[in-house]
Amino acid sequence: MTNPPLIRIERVTKRFGDFTAVNQVDLDIRQGEFFALLGASGCGKTTLLRMLGGFETPSEGRILIDGIDVSSVPPYERPVNMMFQSYALFPHMSVEQNIAFGLQQDKMPKGQIAERVKAMLDMVQMTPYAKRKPAQLSGGQRQRVALARSLAKQPKVLLLDEPLGALDKKLREQTQLELVNIQDRVGITFIMVTHDQEEAMTMACRVGIMKEGKIAQIGTPFDVYETPNSRFVGDFIGNANMIEGSVSGGEGADWQIDSPALGCSITARHEAPLPIGSEVTVMVRPEKMSIGRQAVAGAINTLSGRITDIAYLGDMSIYHVKLASGRKIQVSQANLRQGGGGRLEHDEEVSICWHPGDSVVLLA
Amino acid sequence: MIVSRRVKQRLGRFLVVLPPYGWLVVFFLLPFLIVLKISLSELQAAIPPYKAVFSWAEDGILQLRLNFGNYSYLFSDDLYVLAYLNSLKIAAFSTLLTLLIGYPMAYTIARAPSRYRNPLLMLVVLPFWTSLLIRVYSWMGILKNEGLLNSFLMWLGIIDSPIQIMETNMAVYIGIVYSYLPYMILPLYATLEKMDLTLLEAAADLGCAPFKAFLKITLPLSMPGVIAGTLLVFIPAVGEFVIPDLLGGPDTLMIGKVIWAEFFDNRDWPVASAVAVAILILLVVPIMIYQRTESKVEAE
Repeated sequence: MTNPPLIRIERVTKRFGDFTAVNQVDLDIRQGEFFALLGASGCGKTTLLRMLGGFETPSEGRILIDGIDVSSVPPYERPVNMMFQSYALFPHMSVEQNIAFGLQQDKMPKGQIAERVKAMLDMVQMTPYAKRKPAQLSGGQRQRVALARSLAKQPKVLLLDEPLGALDKKLREQTQLELVNIQDRVGITFIMVTHDQEEAMTMACRVGIMKEGKIAQIGTPFDVYETPNSRFVGDFIGNANMIEGSVSGGEGADWQIDSPALGCSITARHEAPLPIGSEVTVMVRPEKMSIGRQAVAGAINTLSGRITDIAYLGDMSIYHVKLASGRKIQVSQANLRQGGGGRLEHDEEVSICWHPGDSVVLLA
Repeated sequence: MIVSRRVKQRLGRFLVVLPPYGWLVVFFLLPFLIVLKISLSELQAAIPPYKAVFSWAEDGILQLRLNFGNYSYLFSDDLYVLAYLNSLKIAAFSTLLTLLIGYPMAYTIARAPSRYRNPLLMLVVLPFWTSLLIRVYSWMGILKNEGLLNSFLMWLGIIDSPIQIMETNMAVYIGIVYSYLPYMILPLYATLEKMDLTLLEAAADLGCAPFKAFLKITLPLSMPGVIAGTLLVFIPAVGEFVIPDLLGGPDTLMIGKVIWAEFFDNRDWPVASAVAVAILILLVVPIMIYQRTESKVEAE
C-alpha cells in the first residue's frame, strides 16, 4: 500500500448533453488487481471504462495511469488495451493476424511478433485455429482470440467490457475461472465491467458498485455482501430481507429496533452509536436465518408465519414465509438430506430465527 | 395429395420466374440473336442491307450461309482495335476518377449523423430524375467556349481566352464521371454504412492511428463495394455512346461511336453487328470476375 496506485481516477465527470453519465467519481486501482465495476445498465460503468480506454474524454477531473495524466491522450497512445463486448475481431484477418495486429503497430521485429503470437495462442489454447478467420470460430473461441489479442501487447491495464456476456451459462462459468487464472499468470491489472453480480463476485479482488453515475460502494466481494453500506448495495448484491424500523433503545452494540411492518421489536448489532428514534433498515440475508417447525429455544429474534412459496433450486430451497403482520420474509436453507426427509411443505406454520450479529443496520 | 402439392409448388415457382425470364428472352436474348445473325451475314445494297443467312434452296433444302468475314475484317483495320483499346482506356481512367471522388463522398455520407444520411443519399440520386440526355446537353452549356465555366473564369480574370474543353477527351471524362458517380457511391455507401465501428476503436486501442486504421481496416472491408462500384461504372462506360458523341470531339475514338458510324453513316449493318458482338464478348470477362467475387463474398 506504500506504492502509489497504478490507476487514479480523480473527481471524474462525464456529461452527454444534459445527461451526466459519470458523476464525480474517485477511484484508485492497484497494480495486479482484478477490479470489477458492477451496476445495472445505464449506471455509467461502461462510460467510465471507455474513459480509461481513451474512447471518451472526461468532462471534468483527470485520470492518471502510472502517475501520468492520460485524460486527453488518444487510445492509440495509451498503455492500456481493451477487450470489447462484441470482441471486435477484424473479420478480414486470420486469428494470427488479429493477435499480431497490435504488435505490428509497435514496429516489433517480425521474429519477436511470431514468438509472442505463438505464446498467446498457447495461452488461450487456440494454436490449432491460428489460420482461421473469425467467422469460422465459435463464440467461445472468438472470446479467447479477443483476449489473446488484447493481452499480446502486455499492457499495463486490461479493460474488459462484459467479457463473458455473449457466452452461454455453462461456458461462462468455465471461462470465469480461466480468466482469473490467466490474470494470475500474466500479472496484468484487469478492470472488468459487468452487470452480473455473480460474475463480479467470482472473479474480482475488489468490486465497485455503481448507481446513477456514482460509486455506491467499493470493497472486496466479502465486504460488499456481508456489510453493504446502503439499502441499494444490499439489494443489488444477492437477496436480502429489508426490515424498516426505528431505534427504541440499546445495550452495548445490541440495539432494539421497533418494526411496524413485523409488528414486533428485533435486536440488531451495530458498533457505532445510533440515536434513539432514528429510522433505520435492518438487513438480514435469507441464508443467515434458520427455519423450522419449532422455535429455537433461547433465540433472540424469532418470527413465526406460514410458508406461501417454495423455490426448489436443487442444492437449496428458498422459502417465502408470510408473517401474521402480512409482511413476507425470504429464508433459504441448504437441502442437506438425500430424498428430502422431513422437508417443509406449503402452508406449514414455521418459526424463523436469526442471531443479532447476522444482521446489518443500514442508515441509507 | 403430397405429390399434387409439390406439383402446385413447382407451378407457382415457375409462374413467379416466368415474367422476368420472359422479359429477358424477348428483349435481350432475341435481339442479341438477331444481331448475331446479322453479324454473320453479307452486306448488300438493298433493304434490309444484308443478305439472308437462312434461305430455301431447291427441293426444300434449308441453306445456311455464314460469313465470318465481318469478324476478320475487325482485325484488318486498326480502327476497331484502337477504338476498343481507347474505350477501355477512357472507361478505366474515368472509373478511377469516379472512385477517387466517390469514395470520400460515400464515406462522409456513411459516417454522417443518421438523420442526415437519407437526405444526402437523396441528393446523390436526385439527378436521375432528369433524363441523361438533358444533363449531358447542360454540360455542353457549361463547357463550351462561350459557356458558363469559361465566362466565369474570364470574369474572375484567371484566364484571358476560353479554354477548349468541349470536344476533347477532358469533356468526355467530365461527362462520364458526372453521370456514373451515383453508381459508384451507392454500393460504396452500402458497405461502409454496415461496417462495425467498434473495429476502428479496436484498431485504435491496439495502437493504430486513425489514417492507418482506415488503410488497414476500413479500406479492405469496403473492397466488395469498391469492386461493385468499379464494375458498375466501368462496364457501361466502355460502351458509352451519348457522352462521347455529344461532349467528345472528332478525335474521341470510342467503340460506341464506331458502332453508330457503321450502322448509320456507312449502313454496314453486318460489320456494326460484329463490333457489337465482339464488345459484348470482351465485356463478359469483367462481369464474370464481378460475379465470382460476389459469390465469394457471400460464401464468407
